[in-house]
Amino acid sequence: MSLIGAKVLRKEDPNLVTGRGSFVDDLRPDRCLTMAFVPSTEAHARVRSVDASEAAALPGVAAVWTAADVAHLPPCPGLPGLERPLLASDVVRFVGEPVAVVVAEDRYLAADAVAAVVVDYEPLPAVVGVQAALAADAPALFPALGGNLVFEQPWESDLADVFAAAPRTASLHIVNNRCAPTPIEPNACLADWGPSGLTLWAAFQAPHHLRNKLAEFFGIAHDETRVIAPDVGGGFGAKINLVPELYLAPALSRALGRPVKYVQTRSECLQAMYHGRAQEQDVDVAFDDDGRLLGLRFMVTQDNGGYPDPGGMGLPALTTAMATGCYKVPRVAVGWRNVVTNTTPVASYRGAGRPEATFMIERVVDLVADETGLDPLEVRRRNFIQPDEFPYATSSPLAVYDSGNYPGALDELLRILDYDAVRQEQRRNLDDDTKPLIGVGFSTWVEIAGFGPPGSLEAFGHLGSWESAQIRVQPDGSAIVYTGASPHGQGTETTFAQIAADNLGIPFERISVRHGDTATVLQGIGTMGSRCTAIAGEGVRAAATTVLGRAKEIAAHLLEADPADLQAEDGAFTVRGTPARSVSWNDVAWASFRPLDLPEGMTPGSLETSVFQQVANFSFPSGAYACVVEVDRHTGRVGVRGFYLVDDCGTVINPLLAEGQVQGGIAQGIAQALFEEVSYDPQGALLTSTLMDYLVPAAPDLPGFVSSRICTPTPNSVLGAKGIGESGSIGSPPAVVNAVVDALAHLGVRHVDMPVTPQKVWRLLEGAR
Amino acid sequence: MNRIPVRVTVNGEPTEHDVEPRLLLVHHLRETLRLTGTHVGCDTSNCGACTVLLDGEPVKSCTVLAVQADGHQVTTVEGLAAGDGRLTAVQEGFRREHGLQCGYCTPGMIMAATGLLAAEPDPPEHRIREALEGNLCRCTGYQMIVNAVRWAAAHAGETFDVATGPRQAEGAA
Ligand code: FES
Ligand code: FES
Repeated sequence: MSLIGAKVLRKEDPNLVTGRGSFVDDLRPDRCLTMAFVPSTEAHARVRSVDASEAAALPGVAAVWTAADVAHLPPCPGLPGLERPLLASDVVRFVGEPVAVVVAEDRYLAADAVAAVVVDYEPLPAVVGVQAALAADAPALFPALGGNLVFEQPWESDLADVFAAAPRTASLHIVNNRCAPTPIEPNACLADWGPSGLTLWAAFQAPHHLRNKLAEFFGIAHDETRVIAPDVGGGFGAKINLVPELYLAPALSRALGRPVKYVQTRSECLQAMYHGRAQEQDVDVAFDDDGRLLGLRFMVTQDNGGYPDPGGMGLPALTTAMATGCYKVPRVAVGWRNVVTNTTPVASYRGAGRPEATFMIERVVDLVADETGLDPLEVRRRNFIQPDEFPYATSSPLAVYDSGNYPGALDELLRILDYDAVRQEQRRNLDDDTKPLIGVGFSTWVEIAGFGPPGSLEAFGHLGSWESAQIRVQPDGSAIVYTGASPHGQGTETTFAQIAADNLGIPFERISVRHGDTATVLQGIGTMGSRCTAIAGEGVRAAATTVLGRAKEIAAHLLEADPADLQAEDGAFTVRGTPARSVSWNDVAWASFRPLDLPEGMTPGSLETSVFQQVANFSFPSGAYACVVEVDRHTGRVGVRGFYLVDDCGTVINPLLAEGQVQGGIAQGIAQALFEEVSYDPQGALLTSTLMDYLVPAAPDLPGFVSSRICTPTPNSVLGAKGIGESGSIGSPPAVVNAVVDALAHLGVRHVDMPVTPQKVWRLLEGAR
Repeated sequence: MNRIPVRVTVNGEPTEHDVEPRLLLVHHLRETLRLTGTHVGCDTSNCGACTVLLDGEPVKSCTVLAVQADGHQVTTVEGLAAGDGRLTAVQEGFRREHGLQCGYCTPGMIMAATGLLAAEPDPPEHRIREALEGNLCRCTGYQMIVNAVRWAAAHAGETFDVATGPRQAEGAA
């Protein structure tokens, strides 16, 4: 029986439900010290002086370092001339930027020391938001830059001909709200630099990448630099950023000769873990009276925060690549700008540039429906790329869609959602003041995933875009799979054991999957960009196929049969048609290490292999989502009454885990649409620095999900899996906002920016009274 | 700083230590007793990752000083499975219904759900959602956590083997 597509329970769970997980903060080597930052309280200021003398004299304090103490070290990797220093030296550029670091015997003493460091700031005028940053007289964060514009990609053409000739046009200004990724485990790391080298345990999504960067930073060799990502409590893209603590903890451990641990508090996490989204878009669309799209022209303005992170710089490229969604748009003009502001740096957060694209095009399509008086689903259907048009080359060279069935996903959505009933209730409620307003919104989306084509991750500073897989069959016939992917909740130990079991014929329970340790996993890139199953999983499949071929040769030798006549299943090799002629996997594995039992010419230890898996193209998961909301006429509160989803991620390895990824992603998407926004006051003070102010939804805030699935496998791989990790957070926000706009459409409402708070809706309701 | 003796019965075992008066119960459990299953996810008592049972009631152990627990009984996630290592229905429910992904919120969720089911053996969905309001999960979207608690309610009192075979989830084909 194949395990591909089976709802297998997770190998990860027994440890995690019994408290036997091992997260960074659970580790405590002997003589371990605690590190803590002195964060800037100013958004933009000159640092006149830092007085650490009182802090350094406190009991239990091992060291207090300021910028002067790290002057011999390079800055964090960044854009030349705009790199982020490990500790702010002359100028601070966002609230929460570390100005000094203390190390003490425990976290209480470290907190005492932090409070005793006196920093004298000379405040400078701060810029908050991209509009303020681009104003002619805006104070510049980096004087050498001569303004706050870091990069500009102008339109190649303004499509004046298209827009002049189009029967209709419409425009929208969209603010895609700044979000805090907020994994429940914040950033954490533990460095132990001893005579034989550096070991760093880190809550991180890409340990080999970090190993490479640390070795380069300190000028040490890869072989004496070991990075371990133990259990990691969620990442969502935020745990791949090369932040100062990853360098400071090792530097302090080396200097003090003791292990040094850093665990971010939640308040620090909200202000210092890199934010996501924070993008503005000006979009114009040209279309005809039948709702057919003729042209799309837009400018993306990305807020990159106080220091332009290399990953954050690339976000608009992903937005522009996916801006036409699952529609045929004959003419497209894309442009973007990267801007620095006195706020926390912005980088990838689950979806990373694609939720912004999806939100824009799915709002635009609804706007076209509104302008033409057509049903939003009809406009979608008239513009869909059709199932027989794949591979489909979009206007972006990055995006050649591999496969999909957009009308098919929408048909399936309408099977699980009673659209007519919702519309009827909407009409009934409209005239009944005692009932809430009803709205239904759609999002038929496509995203870019499976970051694996050569060049796709190199651009973000990674060594490559492949992923490693290694399989080593043990003498007793059990097997260990090593993967360069580095999961942090995805259930990779389970899905990869399923893939390996299917392709080796070794039972699932006799397969272990190991990851997250540069000393045991040969090489790796990491888990991000929805690449784990699509790339690393395909590598496991390929490695298993090679190992199985060799095992069959041994089995054939033992059975005196032809390898081609053998089948491997349930832990044994059997001659097809002659079930009595069989040898167990265990015996074959044992023989593989015993030269006297091997076929001539075969060397011992052949049942292991490693693969560096590449793919030729990205994969393009897609789907159709619908959200039904009710709007309280008196308070403006939006309640999500139901969320309906159809996903197409190609081949599904484990439907239970795929569904978990989707639901979790949609929860974050609904959160972005209704609840979450990092906000600053005009002086750059962070107003959302605790979970009391930054509204991560709890169980009562979110709906149940009605889900289904279609499947168009990717042609990029034998496995056919496309990636599922980011779909939910990419596809869901426009469904929610389209639903709210739909509920308020009779009041003339055309657009609402996220998050759609009760206050915003109440104002719209009041304005219409 | 002066230290104060604290006697707490943790998972049935009496413990006694001299601690600083400012030490939080969660740090006493994690650092003094090295029971690291109880996690810390915030500094404002919002996330619930630190939830334990204090005399059978769920509390956020980051809001309790160790000295306040003097003379009381504390149960952590490590204390749920019986001596033979078998899982409770709540632990097994989270596994069966995929109520966890990264697992960081999970011990707190399990303790909050254990407290809920002790008080209300068969809660409907909306009650489960209300009762878990103080526990944040960033991974699951909560539906599968709700399903896990309902699974546990339906299997109250049963215990489960931790073996990791390819057992199909409930209702799987
Ligand atoms: S750590 Fe106790 S509620 Fe967050
Ligand atoms: S499972 Fe990751 S926070 Fe809940």
